[in-house]
Amino acid sequence: MTFRQPGWLLVLPATLAVAMFLGIPVFDTFSTTFTDSTGFLSNYEKFFTSRFRRAVLWRTTEIALITMIASLLIGFATAYVVSRAPKKLKSLLIIIAVFPLLTGVVVRSFAWLVILGKNGILNQILLSVGVIAEPLSMLYTEGAVIVAMVYLFVPLMILTIVGVLEGIPEDLLQASASLGATPFATFWQVVFPLAMPGLIVGAVLVFTGSFTSYATPQLLGGEQQMMMGTFLRQRAMVTFDWTGASTIAAIMTVVTIIIVLAMGRVARRLNPAAV
Amino acid sequence: MHTRPHPVLIGFACLVFFFLLAPLVIIIGASVSDTSFLTFPPQGLTLHWYENIFEVSAFKRTMVTSFILAVTGTSLSLIVGIPAAYALNRYRVQLPSFLSTVFVLPILVPEIVLGFSLMKTVTTAMGFPIFVSLVIGHALLVLPYCVRVVSAALSSFDFSIEEAAVSLGCPRWKAFFIIVLPNVRAGVIAAFILALITSINDVSISLFLTGPGISTLPIQLLAHMEQFFDPTIASVSVLLMLVTVGVMAVVELTLGLTFLTK
Repeated sequence: MTFRQPGWLLVLPATLAVAMFLGIPVFDTFSTTFTDSTGFLSNYEKFFTSRFRRAVLWRTTEIALITMIASLLIGFATAYVVSRAPKKLKSLLIIIAVFPLLTGVVVRSFAWLVILGKNGILNQILLSVGVIAEPLSMLYTEGAVIVAMVYLFVPLMILTIVGVLEGIPEDLLQASASLGATPFATFWQVVFPLAMPGLIVGAVLVFTGSFTSYATPQLLGGEQQMMMGTFLRQRAMVTFDWTGASTIAAIMTVVTIIIVLAMGRVARRLNPAAV
Repeated sequence: MHTRPHPVLIGFACLVFFFLLAPLVIIIGASVSDTSFLTFPPQGLTLHWYENIFEVSAFKRTMVTSFILAVTGTSLSLIVGIPAAYALNRYRVQLPSFLSTVFVLPILVPEIVLGFSLMKTVTTAMGFPIFVSLVIGHALLVLPYCVRVVSAALSSFDFSIEEAAVSLGCPRWKAFFIIVLPNVRAGVIAAFILALITSINDVSISLFLTGPGISTLPIQLLAHMEQFFDPTIASVSVLLMLVTVGVMAVVELTLGLTFLTK
């Protein structure tokens, strides 16, 4: 086995880089949370007995869940239409979906600042139509954060699901139709189960992405709608409570890993053939 | 046979695409408004806010920093990532399967946690300069993209061509550079471009790794937005969108944009 050596040598630099600059720092963050003099888990006790901190964790989970469900529904319906579109139109639609995805999160959240502000375009429209008499304050609400997050993640969902839908052989749909299934039945009994792995991948990406986001809650939620990301930054850089910040970081990481592993397991159970 | 989706569904999809594009159009409109505050539809037309970008020294400085940072971080990431991707494809049987998971780890750890941990351990405890920590953070951030995209290109490469060169007496390292690398060129370019744009747009890692005199463009933008509400931010945003257009053109020419749905 003369190839054994070069294989290892080539993987070594990248592995070392990850171990040293990701492994050690993150391990360090985790370990500082267990070194409180009053007890092994007292930092976590502190976190979970604080009403404010529990509220932040709950709000983050709630926003991430709503964002995930909304993105799934919007993304699936749109991806279905995109995947059935004629070839030329399909490429154009994919380009339109990729464009926001490659535009930074700051720019995309900023757009909603312009739309939802007190003198923003939405208030102007509503005022001129006469639906409202006074401008609404829509910024710094949970709704503002959710709308901007859905905006952020729908393109990702569309692209992920289009990828899976494209992989479903046309014959299966034809077979289903020729055996007498209505389009509705074909959708629920053939397309939906086969698209499941894509839906799950998309759901994981969106949930973990919104759960750990910073720029969007910072700009559109502010202090009023503190989420885990903005809370972590506030603890670390404003109050310099690094142990508290590390505890938040550890909780965020554990939630992310649990979601990824759990969804992977669900995916395998629903569709054993899918990798 | 292409069954046409229900008209209601088509209408809904049209609305979604409107929802995706409208905010970006609003930013473009706001960037040319002849007012000192952000507004849409624009009142009057001016390019003054584009000139203003280059008058605000913080924007100029952070733009340069962001660019240098992205190029350095991405290059470093490719230097360690390409050999790894090569080995994972070429020696798949000999290498333990957990290795391919190692390079996905930066995705499992939330970016903001990585940024905070780097600040604490690498900058503060190990005493690395801030810019070096930033480069390390950004290289880690884009490593999964580099390994994945280059791997995808390598997975369709026929390694027997390389074997042929080696058996004809070409040294292994030379065979890699003159046979393998040119064949996966498109993948490497796409990886570079995607990594570059990810790095330029990053907020969560840079957030903790900016210090006196060193900041990146997105962080500067965030700071600016919290204090001012003038159209300069809109014009910087439009500039960033132009970069995106350029990136998309390059990806389309190298791999095809449909690559992104795989």
